[in-house]
Amino acid sequence: MQQMTLNPRIVEIRQNVLKKNDLLARELRKRFRETGVYVVNLVSSPGAGKTTLLTEMLTRLGERYGVAALVGDLATENDAERLRQSGAKVRQITTGTVCHLEADMIERSLEGWNLEDIDFLFIENVGNLVCPASYDLGENQRVVLFSVTEGEDKPVKYPTIVNSADVAVITKIDLAEAVGFQRDRFNEALNEVRPGIPILEVSVRTGEGIDEWISRLEAAKEAFEKTVGSS
Amino acid sequence: MHELSIAHSLVEIAVETAENARMKRVKALYLKLGALSGVVKEALEFSFDVVIQGTPLEGARLVIEDVPVKVFCPDCQEAHKLPEPFPMRCPVCGTRTGQVLEGRELELYSLEGGEGDAADDAKPPNC
Ligand SMILES: [Zn+2]
Repeated sequence: MQQMTLNPRIVEIRQNVLKKNDLLARELRKRFRETGVYVVNLVSSPGAGKTTLLTEMLTRLGERYGVAALVGDLATENDAERLRQSGAKVRQITTGTVCHLEADMIERSLEGWNLEDIDFLFIENVGNLVCPASYDLGENQRVVLFSVTEGEDKPVKYPTIVNSADVAVITKIDLAEAVGFQRDRFNEALNEVRPGIPILEVSVRTGEGIDEWISRLEAAKEAFEKTVGSS
Repeated sequence: MHELSIAHSLVEIAVETAENARMKRVKALYLKLGALSGVVKEALEFSFDVVIQGTPLEGARLVIEDVPVKVFCPDCQEAHKLPEPFPMRCPVCGTRTGQVLEGRELELYSLEGGEGDAADDAKPPNC
């Protein structure tokens, strides 16, 4: 039996380590599709203005659509409280020590909600530009947010999350001049890591770019409904 | 640090596979890690060593194969490996391209184990 130890057995696996998450995300995506829920996953650093923009989106879209939000946070309920004032269905996902959201957290948080009543579901990921990149949450689009105060090299510092995003939204654009925001350099940096990524500039304070952003979401939802209808 | 969650998943898959294959002892896990996987290699190695304590994988090695980014260049009409994951430009003609063919892998592709129980491995070769 000695040669067996010299000939160690190899078992082929070829399995994605995040298979469980990805399978669950696929199931969620199917459920969202069947019930007509358009899902947007928002990722950013802490302080990029995610909650402020989300409040605005929930308020505006809430006038015409069923809107809901899941808010990932390490500990507090503060963000959810702020968001509830918009009148939307809001749930907090307290992750404890986990620095990102996973598909099973989304699934658990949907319990008791009638998805048929929801047109838009926003997922506010934990404020972190590294970890959320690896996890599919069953979303239709992943939006990466940066504020003008973060510096032009931010996309290059966190390339993986930018590369996994579908859209980039630049927030607090009203402060651009004050902080010397170099638009061209920022857009260039985004394109180095995610060639062709659509870039939108918004300011919740002045309202700049918000109409355009909302219309974009509505158009995406409309296109999504067509694919649902044709399936 | 999501590498800890990933290390847990890795160990879970490996333990299950080893049991199904009746592999009593796992010597090594072979993992393909893409440059765009969003996983920091050192953090994963550290997490792995912590997570395997007290599991059937205790003492196993994690062997990581780095997978570079491979993109399709619309100008050259060819696939090219990038020397660095970013910038996303064709290394031959410099055209920007976001068509990623490889580099997102986070794949456990094989386990290496001893045939018999641990005692077999401890015996010196019979010469
Ligand atoms: Zn080329």
